[in-house]
Amino acid sequence: MTESVDTPISDVAVAALDAEIGLGNRIVVENLNIYYGDFLAVRDVNMVIEPRSVTALIGPSGCGKSTFIRSLNRMHEVIDGARVEGSVYVDGEDLYGPGVDPVAVRRKVGMVFQRPNPFPTMSIADNVLAGKRLNSRRINKSEAEDLVEKSLRGANLWEEVKDRLDKPGSGLSGGQQQRLCIARAIAVEPEILLMDEPCSALDPISTLAIEQLMNELKSTYTIVIVTHNMQQAARVSSRTAFFTIDGTGQPGYVVEMDDTDVMFSNPKQQSTIDYVTGRFG
Amino acid sequence: MTVTEQRPTQHASSITANRLTRVQTGAVLAGAVVVGALSWLPSGSPNWARWIIVGLVSYCIGIYVVSRIVEGRRQGLDRLMRAVVTSAFAVVAMPLVSLLWTVVERGTNRFDVAFFTDTMRGVTGAEGGIYHAIVGTMIVTGLATIMSVPFGLFTAIYLAEYGHGTKLAKAIQSMVDVMTGIPSIVAGLFAYAMFEMIFGPGTRSGIAGAVALTVLMTPVVVRSSEEMLRLVPNELREAAYALGVPKWKTIVKVVLPTAIAGIITGVVLSIARVIGETAPLLVTAGLAQGVNWNPFDGRMTTLPVFTYYQYVQPGVPPSNGQDRAWAAALVLIIIVMVLFTVARILSSVLKPKGLR
Repeated sequence: MTESVDTPISDVAVAALDAEIGLGNRIVVENLNIYYGDFLAVRDVNMVIEPRSVTALIGPSGCGKSTFIRSLNRMHEVIDGARVEGSVYVDGEDLYGPGVDPVAVRRKVGMVFQRPNPFPTMSIADNVLAGKRLNSRRINKSEAEDLVEKSLRGANLWEEVKDRLDKPGSGLSGGQQQRLCIARAIAVEPEILLMDEPCSALDPISTLAIEQLMNELKSTYTIVIVTHNMQQAARVSSRTAFFTIDGTGQPGYVVEMDDTDVMFSNPKQQSTIDYVTGRFG
Repeated sequence: MTVTEQRPTQHASSITANRLTRVQTGAVLAGAVVVGALSWLPSGSPNWARWIIVGLVSYCIGIYVVSRIVEGRRQGLDRLMRAVVTSAFAVVAMPLVSLLWTVVERGTNRFDVAFFTDTMRGVTGAEGGIYHAIVGTMIVTGLATIMSVPFGLFTAIYLAEYGHGTKLAKAIQSMVDVMTGIPSIVAGLFAYAMFEMIFGPGTRSGIAGAVALTVLMTPVVVRSSEEMLRLVPNELREAAYALGVPKWKTIVKVVLPTAIAGIITGVVLSIARVIGETAPLLVTAGLAQGVNWNPFDGRMTTLPVFTYYQYVQPGVPPSNGQDRAWAAALVLIIIVMVLFTVARILSSVLKPKGLR
């Protein structure tokens, strides 16, 4: 599989094949330019994200990591004037192809945000079920209970909240809320999970819990995580991409992408060395 | 060694300073009250307004001077600003308290059971009641609410969720702003003209009054609901989108429930705004002596119009009608207060729990 990394066309074909034989969901990004109105925020991204593993995106603030990750499930275009040029293939299908419904894409590619954002009007259980319920699928009570338990167990939260499932989700601590958001995201059974700095608002203990969770989830999901914490990238990811920006008003771009241990021990580019050793700027 | 000796004394420290005690500030206040009292003494009889205003002004000056001397410049200014802000509140509250007091005092003359169960049909003396006017107010205001809330709320949803930044949305927004400013009599004449065109000259009915109130009420509902929808954090919308929830469902199931407490408060405020309208109802719904349950046929009395007519045509002796007018005004104030209480309770029940 690694031989094909340099030739995008066969990547797409390989990805389609992988999905067909059940190897998971490979993401292939081709010539992706991301805009806010006329402003080019991220330029010319070419990237292959391996299935059933954790891929970390690192880089300085404002270099377009979050913008890029939001373009992987068409959340970028939610912002007024935001648009994308290029292609993102999942299972060989272009997410930006004609006739693609962004709502269907988001059911397939889930997302966890930087700040925990449980729905304040809903209980813990309703928050977990929100995706299913709001997608107008009727589910009966026992199914619902099973799904709540399965998702909360999947997010390592079940033991802490099983006695107060009917209490509001916003009453939990920050770390618990974030795990609730992860449970909510995995309850809709996406194939890919995007995490935009999921631990930046959390204490070290909650961070550890979420990192352990990522380790468990990567056997079933393709995970992409944006992080400012390089130790975290080193701990959880198998591949790492380094984004940077040449100056304010310039577009962000990918400097290099490689296996995580290579990126942190022996990167090819000088700017990557500067960044991972803390000598950047 | 010198340092340890100096520490306990006050003047050596840079973070302690002289402070006025409660007794001292109380003395300044008492002095201001006396100065206020002196201001009406020459005229002989107590003049409350002069007493309060002269008292407040002399308190502001007094506390500033005293504090400046004892506590220093910054504390003096702080005390002055606090006194000015509090006095402004007191000045604003004064007419309100006075108004409430007057209405309660004069309204209780006729605040009896018969007043609520009788109408004005065939009444010439001191009896008579406002049953028909309460019914009329409820029907006219209720119909206006039923018409303006859906239109207003849907417009607000369009403005906040769909039309954001478009030319059409901006045009609607400025139209709504203009509508909030139109004089109520214009709304009344609009409704009157509209119903005259359809049903012939001189038509008066409850529904015409309700249409006039709708014209006044809708922009208020639009503005307040739009503000409330904008207060819903964008993160919640994005959280729903990221779960693959369509936009309309996000609005119905996430945005509206989060904003509902504020929307209800806004609707009740708009009801309170129109329930006391007199001029538009004078021309559209008119005056009737008995109960009219049918808003589509015939004149219908409302409380403000009732109050107005009882005051301008009080009968003989005039105290009969005047007492009824004050009592009706009191009832109107009580209805508005009840509405606000209900809105408070509803919004505290519906408010999202545990929101930071």
